[in-house]
Amino acid sequence: MANISKRNRRREREIKNAAKNRREIIAARLSRRDMIKAGLLTSAGYLIHKNGLSARAQFSGSDCDRRWWDGSGGNGTPVSPPTTPFVEPLPIPPIAQTVPALSPAPTVAPNTAAGEARTRNHQALTTLAPVKFYEVHQREQLISMHPELPLQRLWTFNGTAPGQTYVARYGEPILVRNFNDLPNDNGGFGLQSVSTHLHNGHTPSESDGFPCDFFGQTKWYDQHYPNVLAGFASSHPPLGDINESMSTLWYHDHRVDFTAQNVYKGLAGFYLLFNQFDTGDETTGFRLPSFPNFDIPMMFNDKNFDPDDGSLAFDLANRDGILGDKFLVNGKIQPFFEVKRRRYRFRWLNAGPSRFYRMYLTKSNLTNHPFWVISNDGNLLLHPVQTTTGLMMGVAERMDVIVDFSSFAAGSIIHIENRLEQCDGAGPTNNILAAGQGNKMLQFRVVSDPVTDNSVDPATNPTFYQVPTRVTERIRRCFKFDRRNGQWVINDKLFDCNDVRFRVKRNTAEIWELDGGFDWSHPVHVHFEEHQVLKRNGQTPTLIERGRKDVIRLGENDDVEIYFRFRDFVGRYPMHCHNTIHEDHAMMLRFDIDDVGNNNENDCGFRR
Amino acid sequence: MPDVNRRKLLATAVAPLAAGMVGRAASSDDKFKVAESSRAKLQKRYFPNFELTTHEGKKVRFYEDLIKDKIVVINFMYVKCEGVCMPVTMNLKRVQNLLGRRIGRDIFMYSITLKPEEDTPTALKRYVHAHKIQPGWTFLTGKPEEINTLRRSLGFKDAKAKLDKDLTNHTGMVKYGNEARQWWAMFPGEANAPWIVECILWMEGPNAETIPEAGQSQPKGNDSGHNHSKVRNKG
Repeated sequence: MANISKRNRRREREIKNAAKNRREIIAARLSRRDMIKAGLLTSAGYLIHKNGLSARAQFSGSDCDRRWWDGSGGNGTPVSPPTTPFVEPLPIPPIAQTVPALSPAPTVAPNTAAGEARTRNHQALTTLAPVKFYEVHQREQLISMHPELPLQRLWTFNGTAPGQTYVARYGEPILVRNFNDLPNDNGGFGLQSVSTHLHNGHTPSESDGFPCDFFGQTKWYDQHYPNVLAGFASSHPPLGDINESMSTLWYHDHRVDFTAQNVYKGLAGFYLLFNQFDTGDETTGFRLPSFPNFDIPMMFNDKNFDPDDGSLAFDLANRDGILGDKFLVNGKIQPFFEVKRRRYRFRWLNAGPSRFYRMYLTKSNLTNHPFWVISNDGNLLLHPVQTTTGLMMGVAERMDVIVDFSSFAAGSIIHIENRLEQCDGAGPTNNILAAGQGNKMLQFRVVSDPVTDNSVDPATNPTFYQVPTRVTERIRRCFKFDRRNGQWVINDKLFDCNDVRFRVKRNTAEIWELDGGFDWSHPVHVHFEEHQVLKRNGQTPTLIERGRKDVIRLGENDDVEIYFRFRDFVGRYPMHCHNTIHEDHAMMLRFDIDDVGNNNENDCGFRR
Repeated sequence: MPDVNRRKLLATAVAPLAAGMVGRAASSDDKFKVAESSRAKLQKRYFPNFELTTHEGKKVRFYEDLIKDKIVVINFMYVKCEGVCMPVTMNLKRVQNLLGRRIGRDIFMYSITLKPEEDTPTALKRYVHAHKIQPGWTFLTGKPEEINTLRRSLGFKDAKAKLDKDLTNHTGMVKYGNEARQWWAMFPGEANAPWIVECILWMEGPNAETIPEAGQSQPKGNDSGHNHSKVRNKG
């Protein structure tokens, strides 16, 4: 295999230096005024593009002005047909309904004769026997994404996009029988072959939705979700570690090489997990706003539409990341949502395909309304963290937030606004656009109805979960993400579903160092276990990032150190970039969990 | 079996998108053109019907002759390339060997030059002979500006303008697809050859139960890291 060219190594050094310089500025605690004086920052708050400071400088310029279908995914001149914002209410995906029984009954071994496509036995079907059963059909449905656009031929779970929301509870295992009833004609993009991933359940591999466990039309696949806490069969028997509780999960298609197309076409939905603390009832447990009235899932997407016929359009020539010029929440372009004068829990999800967001709540006078972050990637934090400076979200990241509307007069208007500038799929420029100049996602309208609010006030600093106790790691592995002649490599190797890059020994802990490449930003996702972020670029992570996560934002040349404890189940899992376009261009590796493990990918020399 | 399979799939799947199948909301009736078939849209957007010349000197139309109704594998290269071209060409030779006689019969491989000025049909033919490339894999040249348009519209451009102009940086990614089914994706040209074969065979249909015929000659040694000649039988 060829090595990275000399030219790239030089460039890499330059970038390392730029990152170092930026870190030094932070470490030196230069104030805004100091930096403006030193000519490093403009008064608008932009870092001056200077060689040695911004690694992106030499590429800045015309990148923001491209047509959407020529592969560059530019977000310059909008191409989609105009649509009037905020004309329809936010749709709330329906709650998935159980079926009394499945016929034929689920079996431990794959029921190949009856059309099941599973290839491996269930690991825990008898020990964590499902108490609820669901049947889901992936099929085409005509759906309106905006009243001024034609109906769209979307791929759905049981007829809705986003799919139905699963409302699950710890201690209640479920089984979903998942049918592929997709049509022969894909309408221009999408593959009628699917693998549904539950992101990021503590799920045995055969039910996880591994990218290469895909199945075709007319087949079905039983997915067993034990809804069990990590550690139940190892460190914390028999119920698992309460501090590993998760709340906001989502499911989406993960078909290798076709994930971006299939998810863009609609194959994604929410999966909410409750327990004795996170109860869904604001009078019990942590007293978080009650589900479903005041606990609202919001799936963010950006998409493009054909300027001639108004149909949903996916750029098949894009290798870098697709940026849409229409912004959707729960499948609607710029909906509105009426809120009462009280606290709400919003479960924000960036469902891609590629864009990074920095979300603000912008009031009509263009000032920010502060809000509380309570959960990162479905993991409740130790305490709520208030933010006034926006909330970063890479693809697949979930942020549960508490927004208090009690201070607003009836009739007030507030927008969820993304103010992060991004010109191409490579990553954001990190410029923050002025309030009102960003992408408005959704409009809140405060109504005058009288209302009670029994939910906890985040300002009282309630405690949720502790960060789980760490044990000594068995091994440290290091991963460098890079790009070689347009091919994504991890530690200089390319993806192959059949290539097990390393083996994790079940019920042991590991530390991984992830090193981002130059010029590109990646939201990196590791299946199965949540990790703890130990260090980001040598520093202690922010309060929001400090707990558990399953997606790591790797900005240009970031180094992040994370801790895992792989427990209870065995089998195959991937690590991959969740910019779905990068993912589909093979920015992925496979690792397996077994009872032996190995020490592959432990060369950390490149960092020293 | 593969032929039957393919014919069956092509026949069932390509019912053109009749006008009106894209539903209309009442208020959008007058605003939009009647949707043309998605297949026609893809052709316009990505597969210009330029005239190209093969390494055998034959004139062909890109869409009509090379892409339409076919399962294809497409990459860009040039004869005097010292970078990624050679490892990709050698790897695609392994792929061709694994797929054996199917290449040129129901799966077509195309390598398009990035330097049409110097890569004449004769130069490409010499390249084919020098590297003992088997029939069924066609090397193509054409008018420089059309080749450049083709490269960009097929998704072989780099988002970064500077990198895009740097020929030594040109992509090692390879496009694969089934035109009639509107399935298009890419694999890294240096990936393990048996894995690439799996990807290409998906284009026969998600339910295709296919084991490639034994290649005319198996790759020697295990230089791709793996040597699965069987493709998993995926549902």
